Amino acid sequence: MGSVWKMVAHRLGLGLLTMFVISILIFGAIELLPGDLAEEILGQSATPETVAAFRKEIGLDKPPVTRYVEWLGNVVQGNLGRSLANGREISELIGSRLPNTLFLALYATVLAVPIALTLGILAALYRNTLFDRLINITTLTSISFPEFFLAYLLIFFLAQTGLFPSMSNIGPKMGLSGKIYNTFLPALTLTFVVTAHMMRMTRAAIVNLLASPYIEMAKLKGVSPLWVIVRHALPNAFAPIINVVALNLAYLITGVVVVEVVFVYPGLGQLMVDSVSKRDITVVQAVSLIFACAYILLNLTADVLSTLSNPRLIHKR
Amino acid sequence: MTGPQNLLEIKNLCIEGRSGTSWSNIVNGIDLTLERGEVIGLIGESGAGKSTIGLAAMGFARDGCRISDGTILFDGIDLRAASVSARRKLRGNRIAYVAQSAAASFNPAYKLIDQYCEGPVLHGSMERDKAESDAIELYRRMQLPSPDEIGFRYPHQVSGGQLQRAMTAMAMACRPDLIVFDEPTTALDVTTQIEVLSAIRDIVGQFNTAAIYITHDLAVVAQMADRIKVLLRGEEVEESDTKTMLKTPKEEYTKSLWAVRTYARPEHPLQSTQETPVLSVENVSASYGDLQVLFDASFDIHRRQTVAVVGESGSGKSTAARVISGLLPPETGTVKFEGERLPPEYKRRSKNQLRQIQMIYQMADTALNPKHRIRELIGRPAELYLGLRGKALEERVRELLSLIELEPDEYIDRMPSELSGGQKQRIGIARALAAEPQVIICDEVTSALDQLVAEGILKLLDQIQDKFGLAYMFITHDLATVRSIADEVVVMKEGRVVETGPKTKMFTPPHHPYTELLLSSVPEMDASWLDRLLESRANKNVEK
Repeated sequence: MGSVWKMVAHRLGLGLLTMFVISILIFGAIELLPGDLAEEILGQSATPETVAAFRKEIGLDKPPVTRYVEWLGNVVQGNLGRSLANGREISELIGSRLPNTLFLALYATVLAVPIALTLGILAALYRNTLFDRLINITTLTSISFPEFFLAYLLIFFLAQTGLFPSMSNIGPKMGLSGKIYNTFLPALTLTFVVTAHMMRMTRAAIVNLLASPYIEMAKLKGVSPLWVIVRHALPNAFAPIINVVALNLAYLITGVVVVEVVFVYPGLGQLMVDSVSKRDITVVQAVSLIFACAYILLNLTADVLSTLSNPRLIHKR
Repeated sequence: MTGPQNLLEIKNLCIEGRSGTSWSNIVNGIDLTLERGEVIGLIGESGAGKSTIGLAAMGFARDGCRISDGTILFDGIDLRAASVSARRKLRGNRIAYVAQSAAASFNPAYKLIDQYCEGPVLHGSMERDKAESDAIELYRRMQLPSPDEIGFRYPHQVSGGQLQRAMTAMAMACRPDLIVFDEPTTALDVTTQIEVLSAIRDIVGQFNTAAIYITHDLAVVAQMADRIKVLLRGEEVEESDTKTMLKTPKEEYTKSLWAVRTYARPEHPLQSTQETPVLSVENVSASYGDLQVLFDASFDIHRRQTVAVVGESGSGKSTAARVISGLLPPETGTVKFEGERLPPEYKRRSKNQLRQIQMIYQMADTALNPKHRIRELIGRPAELYLGLRGKALEERVRELLSLIELEPDEYIDRMPSELSGGQKQRIGIARALAAEPQVIICDEVTSALDQLVAEGILKLLDQIQDKFGLAYMFITHDLATVRSIADEVVVMKEGRVVETGPKTKMFTPPHHPYTELLLSSVPEMDASWLDRLLESRANKNVEK
């Protein structure tokens, strides 16, 4: 087990390095954006002098490298800074949004992963039958629709009939059951979006193993077909499945802007879009960093879990 | 019809295999009967249908195969007519299977004992606790080291020979009436093979289990079986009890199988010991990472000579080849070609130096790029090393094809997938020859081939050697091959060279103790060989 902790430490170190590189990329990319907050707030009629004065006031006149170093220094100390647009603490802005985003991501995961695994296992069990094709076609169709279209379909069928709310308002005081009820539709939309990918990987990873001698051995021991797959193939297929699940989780945290907008859900995605349109650079930077962090942490978790799922890697000879 | 004394009664068994959309016969009207406690050996080359028949005895057909005709009666139960679940109840319970590669047939995700207990718990014959203590008992009977503890290891933590015994124990878990052994020792070293063979024979005898023993090795089957059935392309050649079969085989095909081991090439005596060896390995040590695998190894290879490097798996034979070819730079020591020191890394060797040493690999299947035609496979080294182009290149490829006895017009545009195993190995030879080398390293080139095919390859290699005066480094674990082709022998053990010398000296006593162990472990065509060997070894141990 010692080697696993060593690996975790190693990957965490690499993750930090990646974060550093990403922070440069984020900062650089935002520098490249045309226009800045001063121009945006003062409008087109502002004279160059007022714009310059305003820039000086909010510190935009300093050279980029200085601003980057200042920003990074603050971030490392846990100070994300203030929003340039309305002067609020960014940590406060994010603090109210991040839990919502995580809640929705977790909700969709809890729905999607068991469904995807079950469908994948069943598709592998009944491979090349009508059932297999039906599952494939259905999940592929759902992934092929644009998210907003799926969302509107669900609103049409499930919200118009009054079963679920189409506006996913949630507040800090709301109980868990209320939250679950109110966010059912966005969670379901996201489930449709991510299931196909995970299900197909589960099926492929299992089918890949079915020609192995130890699968034949299991059959010759009298193990039933379902158990052959669940007990003998699945544990050896975990590594690719875990990786796909992690990628989809990362997507659920970072890529749900459209769904948040459709259901007016107060998540990080909306905050990001709003801030970009307002040129609220500090907020955009902070949110981007959080997204990057989510990707890195999830991939790290996936690596560790796939290692743990493989006895050859944790039990040395 | 069905005598109650027969445990297994197979009549007119026909099995079809699918190729594309059509079905063709791969097993054609086989009859087989087996009494309780009896062992029958199925023998034949690859494609004879041995495994297919063995699996059919369990009512099982692999994907792409189907049992098309005949009856399979196991203890009066018609396996073809029985329901799927009825067959499943028999498998692992009353009929068990031991596969060729135990390393691949144990599930890598579970400990050995979990896999042992799966059968008894599934079939309801034992509770988990009981099954565990039973497993330990059987591990002990199979003479596995530390039987109390070995079951709690994962398959990758256990050696091949031990895994094969653990698999036999697992097959015994439900005390079946019949076990199908599918080449259980083929992947093992000779010294390990003996332990497994005797363990299998003991346990089968102790529980009076009937067995179908499938192998391509006559000497092995002679130790194990009461009766032998010889198969060829899905049909029976002949069947009789083991002694009769060994002494007086009736059919020509059986006789030809028996005769294979007699091939021997005339030796090429060393011209003079003063001559500079074409290749010399001097005090080479090499490691993979922290693991040292070669310790101070030295040997020479002279022109027109075949040096056989023998040893068990892990003895460092192939590592030596990798050092010579520059794939693995040694830590200390040098490799000299015609007295000149070769750079340790292949990247730093000149094109001419690279050209002089070529390799032929064990798995011709994976050593040939499946997307290239024969023309490209053979033509590429000729183009690279000798700068042949266009017409000259085509001529050369055709010449090489004739040399390896493949009709140029027919084969030059084929893909590797359109060749048999022996033909692929011939292409491997032609590819090595295309570079016009002085030394060819043959790494277990005949191990994956049937005996008759392997003999053809050995003869071809000899002809080529005579024609071009090549030196061969012939890596093998098979002493019969050494006996038939070598001039000099290098015996390796655990990364060290333990003995070198001319073949005749090597095969005449007194031997180095390890050479002695290797030599005595090669099965002989004598049904009592294993008994005598075990007895003499037991006596020796007592003397010590």
